[in-house]
Amino acid sequence: MKFTLGWLKDFLDTSASLDEIVETLNRIGLEVEEVIDPSQKLKDFTTAKIISAEKHPDADKLKVCMVDTGRGEPVQVVCGAPNARAGLVGVFAPPGTHIPGTGLDLKVAKVRGVESAGMMCSERELEISDDHEGIIELPEDTPLGMPAAEALGMNDPVIEIAITPNRGDALGVYGVARDLAAAGLGTLKPIEVPNIEGGYESPIAVHLDFAEENPPCPHFIGRHFRGVKNGPSPAWMQHRLRAVGARPISALVDITNYIMFSFNRPLHVFDAQKVHGDIHVRYAHPGEKLLALDGNTYELDESMVVIADEERAEAIGGVIGGEESGCTEETTEVFLEVAYFDPINIAMTGRKLNIMTDARYRFERGVDPAFLPAGAQLASKLILELCGGECSHLVEAGKPAVKPEEERTFQLRKDRVKTLAGLEVPLEKQVEILEKLGFVVTDEGEVLKAVAPTWRPDIHGEADLVEEIVRIVGLDELPSVPLERPHAVARPVLTDLQLKQVRARHLLASRGLAEAVTYSFLPKRHAELFGGGAKELELANPISSELSDMRPSLLPNLIAAAGRNVARGFGDVALFEVGSVYHSDEPEGERVMAAGVRQGMAVPRHWAERARPVDVFDAKADALAVLENAGLNPDSIQIDVEGAPEWYHPGRSGALKLGPKKVLGHFGELHPAVLKEMDVKGPVAGFEIFLDELPAKKRKGTAKPPLDAPDLMPLKRDLAFVVDEAVAAGDIVRAAKGADKALISDVRVFDVFAGAKAAEQLGEGRKSVAIEIVLQPRKKTLTDEEIQRVMDKVVAAVAKATGGTLRG
Amino acid sequence: MSGQDELQELVGAAIGEIEAAEDIRALDEVRVKYLGKKGLVSAQMKELGKLDPEQRRERGRVLNEARQQLEKAIASRRAALEKRALEEKLAKERVDVTLPARPERAGVVHPVSHVWEEVVEIFADLGFSVAEGPHIETDWYNFEALNIPPEHPARQEHDTFYFHEKEDGARKLLRTHTSPVQIHTMETQQPPIRIIAPGRVFRCDSDPTHTPVFHQVEALVIDRDTHMGHLKWTLEEFCKAFFETENVKMRFRASHFPFTEPSMEVDINCSWEGGQVKVGEGDDWLEILGSGMVHPNVLRAGGIDPDEWQGYAFGIGIDRLAMLKYGIPDLRAFFDADIRWLKHYGFSALQIPTLAGGLSA
Repeated sequence: MKFTLGWLKDFLDTSASLDEIVETLNRIGLEVEEVIDPSQKLKDFTTAKIISAEKHPDADKLKVCMVDTGRGEPVQVVCGAPNARAGLVGVFAPPGTHIPGTGLDLKVAKVRGVESAGMMCSERELEISDDHEGIIELPEDTPLGMPAAEALGMNDPVIEIAITPNRGDALGVYGVARDLAAAGLGTLKPIEVPNIEGGYESPIAVHLDFAEENPPCPHFIGRHFRGVKNGPSPAWMQHRLRAVGARPISALVDITNYIMFSFNRPLHVFDAQKVHGDIHVRYAHPGEKLLALDGNTYELDESMVVIADEERAEAIGGVIGGEESGCTEETTEVFLEVAYFDPINIAMTGRKLNIMTDARYRFERGVDPAFLPAGAQLASKLILELCGGECSHLVEAGKPAVKPEEERTFQLRKDRVKTLAGLEVPLEKQVEILEKLGFVVTDEGEVLKAVAPTWRPDIHGEADLVEEIVRIVGLDELPSVPLERPHAVARPVLTDLQLKQVRARHLLASRGLAEAVTYSFLPKRHAELFGGGAKELELANPISSELSDMRPSLLPNLIAAAGRNVARGFGDVALFEVGSVYHSDEPEGERVMAAGVRQGMAVPRHWAERARPVDVFDAKADALAVLENAGLNPDSIQIDVEGAPEWYHPGRSGALKLGPKKVLGHFGELHPAVLKEMDVKGPVAGFEIFLDELPAKKRKGTAKPPLDAPDLMPLKRDLAFVVDEAVAAGDIVRAAKGADKALISDVRVFDVFAGAKAAEQLGEGRKSVAIEIVLQPRKKTLTDEEIQRVMDKVVAAVAKATGGTLRG
Repeated sequence: MSGQDELQELVGAAIGEIEAAEDIRALDEVRVKYLGKKGLVSAQMKELGKLDPEQRRERGRVLNEARQQLEKAIASRRAALEKRALEEKLAKERVDVTLPARPERAGVVHPVSHVWEEVVEIFADLGFSVAEGPHIETDWYNFEALNIPPEHPARQEHDTFYFHEKEDGARKLLRTHTSPVQIHTMETQQPPIRIIAPGRVFRCDSDPTHTPVFHQVEALVIDRDTHMGHLKWTLEEFCKAFFETENVKMRFRASHFPFTEPSMEVDINCSWEGGQVKVGEGDDWLEILGSGMVHPNVLRAGGIDPDEWQGYAFGIGIDRLAMLKYGIPDLRAFFDADIRWLKHYGFSALQIPTLAGGLSA
């Protein structure tokens, strides 16, 4: 919402400076977005008079003018405007002036051999309008040398404020003035509503064709005018309208806009000669069409209100007028519409038709339902003054949609400002503020009773009254009051799952992965590659098809991010993310995942290390580290070699399980076909851990279990087994570990001999797996026989579990 | 020549040979030659038996002394030779230490996560726990319960992402703010309530300063007598702690949000130099958050009696906090996972914000 300082001062008697006004507006909830001083861009322009204008010796269309700038000797200016002539007073720009309309800086130049030391300007060059037919002509008695902004009436600062949705009343300059007056910045001038009787009966009557008790258009005041002349509106009105961003059209239209901006009272004028019979306000017929003033044709439905005549809809009520019945230069008879529309109906109509107009914006926020007669009279006065002619008596249909007083009456406990806002405001000050804002306040002993003014439909209760008082007093007056500390020393607050996320994040960062934060969306084809893409997780209004579906996993966006880094020339990246993935649109379907990818080389080329690409074991290490870091015993985690989903390499992936059913996550090399589909260069190894699936840490006090550190040295023995190639090393290890749980403290695979050479030595389809067995004696040193007994048990257990035999 | 002289000569010769030994093997040979079982000194020892007891004692002493003298000389020579050998070995082992060490990767924590931890650290100290709610929400939680009925103009400003309409006409949406967590919390927790709710929010909006996903943190305090003065104090303390400066100036402006009444917006002072914003200096104001006293209708929607309980709520943008504190210019880059950006603006795995050590330390 924009207004000018001069416009504000029409309604507010104040000596406050612009700065004070801006500061106060900010304080009371009318946030100032911008203050524009239009005189700033015109500061170098002055008024000047052409004393003589001779034809240019070498150009037919140019004139050589001598210009009196009001300062010193006349200057010579070459001018091409057709209206340049001796005696014209216009706007002069000296050399060095920045011309806003052209963006150029003016220089002394020779035009076809004649020196020109300045310029006489058109409206377009000053960005006043698009007019470039000729140079600006000012009244002949304009003093010379005065700032052009002043002469043009463009020295009125423009203030733009943001209006919160509750403050429809502040969408009129008068409402802003009222707030400022309440804040102590001057006195609100009363609105002088003329009482124009009118000289005849309107030939057009108004009918509200609604059956319901609370119709969407409950009240309508109209008036007929005849003998009017619709030319341009006066300069002062045009200046103000332009200043607030409205394009002047014609006196009649400009008057309606002027009243709207002044009093938040939208109006409409019909060319009465284009209206067929009486006005009927009714619901639109299904499929009824209207060509609106914005040039679009809208198809309406039966929930929308139209202002119709006896033939057709002429306007969408409270939203936009129709082209057919709009006023033009030729209009001589006018029908003025001053109506009230239900805010909800207007909001819904505007939303369905996707039309945003000044009228809709105001009606859906609520205009003053009691202001219709005043609005009609104020507009009538301007129409008669500016367009001449005469007017009819007012035509009225329906009744004011003003809520009864008891519904606008609210109690304010006398201590409520103190208890809700923490602010001490003397009672008389509270009363004064409310009264200045238009409330009618009575003291009822324990409480104040306040009747809200008709222009404040946003007042619903006591808290609103507190807000009014507090915002006008100013929130900078609020005291700072410490919250009570629940404990002298703060207690931990994070939940188990929150802590798991924090820890996973720091662990993965410590393992060399960089944390990414990616969108929750992805393209449908990516969602489908990772088990997603269900209809219920597809956005109805995505920003683009690349952001159409909710992510079923963190992997696809991480892989895509890795791909982008590769494309920038920064490959071999390792990225992770901790966050939500979506398996259904129910709250339970939102899962908390930690996932990571490593792309390209795990070890880059290095003089001392063998370069190698990433593989499944990089991903496995990351995944297991996350699980261990979350407090899981690594021995309890099972690897299901067939358990990884289809976006992994089928032979180089696995699922991590706790028991046969509980899947904690997956790891592996990504399926090459998936990478190809995503156009990302492989190899990529990745993992997914469902953090919300991990068992909660069981905390029993803070003490750790006693340390188990026997005095006796552990000893190590190696065994190599020949097994079928399909036998999993994990099965061998598990069997070996289980052979003597008391003595065997660890089993590690240290060599695998497989492939063609192994087949040659061990037989087709065979391989050898070598394990190191760590024995931890507890009571006494083990004898050779005892050690051998344990080894025999290991050999037997491995043989039983895998069919493996000791390698000879 | 007496036996005495002979021995002295022998010792002298032996010492000469010990000193001349150039390696351990040569030294060993010398040792065997004199002190071995068949060595020259040992041979003289064997002669002792032929002497009378008096002479034997005397001769034995002298021989023992000679033996000890030689052993000492050998040990000393051995140490010298070993030292020299080690020095030679080490000299041969010299490598070019300017070569790069074996590669290790350094990971980073995203600034949004770091700021999340900072904010949690501050509010945990004030006794706030961390609440959460789903991203996929219903109209009730995101709008209606927050006093935003279907026709409310504020809905237009929310740029809501919707899912497809179900058969029953309902449609889910992506939460446009963290405020629905207020309702979830009220439904599951009796007052007094003191929570923050940091998390992802979604707006159907994308331009140089907006992304369709961003992060907010909501705060909610409900008890019997919390008022706007407490709200102001909390915000002042938070800003000082978060921006790690006592110089933060704040401006409180009346505003309007459907879910709070009264409402206020809060600006902090900042300066703009070379296009970079600095908080806590300068005379410009920057809006950082919206806040207010929880609207009675919102309390009712959460099943809390507004005649008995009251409190405040506020919401801040986490990404925005990160940008302001760490001088990060572009919001969109937060979500791009450009490894150069992550390494530059990210935090090391061990940079864990603590109140004791400083949040950004």
